[in-house]
Amino acid sequence: MALDDRKSDFTFVGTRPNRPDGLDKVTGRAKFGADAYAPGMLHGAILRSPHAHARIVKIDASKAEAHKDVKAVVTRADFADVPFKPGLEGEFYNVLENVMAGEKALYDGHAVAAVAATSALAARDALKLIEVEYEVLPHVTDVDKAMAPDAPVIREGAADYSVPEGMHPNVVRYHESGHGDLEAGFAEADLIIEDSFVTEATHQGYIEPHACLAILGNDGKGELWCTTQGHWIAQKTCAALLGIETSQLRVTASEIGGGFGGKTTVFIEPVALALSRKANRPVKLVMTRSEVFRATGPTSSASMDVKIGMKKDGTISAAQGIFRLQGGAFPGAPGDMTAMCAFAPYNLTNVKQIGYDVMANRPKQAAYRAPGAPMGAFAVESVIDELCNKLGLDPVEVRLKNAAHEGTKASYGPTYERIGLVETLEAAKAHPHYSAPLKPGQGRGISCGFWFNHGGETSVSLALSEDGSAQVMVGTPDIGGSRASMALMAAEVLGIPYENIRVTIADTATLGYNDVSHGSRVTYASGLATIKAARHAVEKLCERAAAKWGIPVDAVKWENGCAVPSGPNAGDFDPMPLADITADMGRTGGPISGHFEATPEGAGVSFGTHIVDAEVDPETGKTSVTRYTVIQDAGKAIHPTYVEGQYQGGAAQGIGWALNEEYIYGEDGRLQNSIFLDYRIPVASDLPMIDTVIVEVPNPGHPFGVRGVGETGIVPPLAAIANAVSNAAGVRMKRLPMSPPRILAALKDNG
Amino acid sequence: MVEVHLWSGLRSLTGGQQVVEVEAKTTGELLRALVRAHPQLQAPIDAGVSIAVDGRVIATGLTEPIPEGSEVYLMQRLRGG
Repeated sequence: MALDDRKSDFTFVGTRPNRPDGLDKVTGRAKFGADAYAPGMLHGAILRSPHAHARIVKIDASKAEAHKDVKAVVTRADFADVPFKPGLEGEFYNVLENVMAGEKALYDGHAVAAVAATSALAARDALKLIEVEYEVLPHVTDVDKAMAPDAPVIREGAADYSVPEGMHPNVVRYHESGHGDLEAGFAEADLIIEDSFVTEATHQGYIEPHACLAILGNDGKGELWCTTQGHWIAQKTCAALLGIETSQLRVTASEIGGGFGGKTTVFIEPVALALSRKANRPVKLVMTRSEVFRATGPTSSASMDVKIGMKKDGTISAAQGIFRLQGGAFPGAPGDMTAMCAFAPYNLTNVKQIGYDVMANRPKQAAYRAPGAPMGAFAVESVIDELCNKLGLDPVEVRLKNAAHEGTKASYGPTYERIGLVETLEAAKAHPHYSAPLKPGQGRGISCGFWFNHGGETSVSLALSEDGSAQVMVGTPDIGGSRASMALMAAEVLGIPYENIRVTIADTATLGYNDVSHGSRVTYASGLATIKAARHAVEKLCERAAAKWGIPVDAVKWENGCAVPSGPNAGDFDPMPLADITADMGRTGGPISGHFEATPEGAGVSFGTHIVDAEVDPETGKTSVTRYTVIQDAGKAIHPTYVEGQYQGGAAQGIGWALNEEYIYGEDGRLQNSIFLDYRIPVASDLPMIDTVIVEVPNPGHPFGVRGVGETGIVPPLAAIANAVSNAAGVRMKRLPMSPPRILAALKDNG
Repeated sequence: MVEVHLWSGLRSLTGGQQVVEVEAKTTGELLRALVRAHPQLQAPIDAGVSIAVDGRVIATGLTEPIPEGSEVYLMQRLRGG
């Protein structure tokens, strides 16, 4: 999208007004996924496989169906396997397989049947009446073992065109890219380090579990209320899985208690709809935390080999990475994204990256903030840190020496437009944190990180009221403060106060299609759409003023919330405020609204640099993060407090991923830690104050210069923390999480 | 003519070529022309691709213009969280 109307001086954008959802959330008035009720509502519950891999020989639900409290039982037979709907073939099949098992249960926790009963307790009890006969099959949960020749095959024929001949059928996608001459590059190096790294799967850890209320009649008309990052994709997917027309299913997004990428698909929603259709009653389904862990998307686990050559002056002469990502029993692990992002911060003459998407008997991975990028950054930035240590070089200077900038050929191919990595590194170098002395036993770590960001299909509608206030309807669920930033952008264009604008997340029946709130796209794309919709309304406001003044419309311009003559020749008229025009708009041409429907294609990539201090207790292996600074390019921060919140959130989740969080599977292939007591996410007392620095290098693809900020913040933490811990402990940590037992083992191995 | 740079994993589908020249004025025309030149590219294009034109990554759009002399890279479809 070419933009010749860039704006750089702002009245409302960049201020920090109160959040519009604050009162609702602190008073309990906000309605989340589980807060919807309907007359005659039933409660659903899902029976899940206790086996990691098993053929489903027989399901006998007759006893459950005969129970007086049970109104419906569904299995895979109650879903529409065919015909596939356009655009959904591959992923449609995968989602269907995931929400309700077909011939095989593919992981511990895989849904095999569901019931709807008159109470939640009755529904859970009724699950015990369903008899399932399984033929248990060999399983595999580790990515390297899943690629080995003797690994059990999870699904024959799942590999696509990209996989080289001779690979195990569990390898389903392959990516290879890069440029230059690796051999020549490594020959130029004064030091080459090659090492292997492992990260475990972690869960997005949103506090609100998946929850929905579904109503579907035999006439094919339905209503769905659910917690989701994208209700249009929920509508499209559920309609396909249930075999109904998309437009007949109206989906409303609830207030959302966190998503982080994990609510970009459906899990329980099609099941609740199938139960409702069978029972002819509304059905509510709410996951337990254990179900969330066992059966919704964790991120991929990864096994990686990285080799980097460096000259004595810090120049990287060659870099190579092999990234193997396990994404559960379905294609989709983002090995390609890991590969493309891993070396993206650097200006490299010789680089090659390979990514594998590998299936294993685990839940279907779901996106988690910059999916795939944090693991690759962990491996690459660890090797760079080790090279700096061995060559006695400053880690920020080395990164600055090799940093990508406008005109650099990216490791994934194209030439960068204006980017802000150098600015984040310069800010890191100048930050007091970087020069602060460390205490004995502490270590400091640095890491850069990259993420692409996204645009996506977007519709926004803006309507003016007679009193001069405005309502904005957007279709992207507010997962990071977008209602506030949309209101600020609309205020900037209309010239009316932030408080006079109300932003609502419209349902699927009241606005055109909107892509999911993912890819850090909302402030960029819905923001661009809001600006364009507001400008559309301003055009009409100018037309009305021109008509009132009896002058041509091109003799009117919009300034500070008023129509004004565009120059001395246009006539001598007092400024006409917006509210004066809307007051009689019904009689001067009708309601004034603005609209925007398009797919903005100029998201602008984003970079960040993190500085971390950590302290390791050599007796217990416990790590404390003592100081943390996030520096990231936001393009233009619309509401800086929310931007800082995104930066801090990325760091906090990264601390959990780096130090404690992991999916632990037993020999039997069952998840061992499916509650928050055993799967430990950081709490406030685990975290230091996380300082933030907002760098603003405007994105040429947005009218106000916005770059998405939601995902980049989780890319550097794993590496920055690992570098800090490794420097504190005096031993290179190559496996995450760096939990106390692993730290102690590493210290012991190091003597 | 537009020089389209492919990711190296696609060379097996183009007889070893990593740069393919096609006639195209928009991103949609470019994808159709690539398949005409190398029919085996249909599979990766169906699986999802993005196109970078002078460094600007076009995630899905088929109507984006490709100015004469642009740098064009075919990329795997981007996904986000």
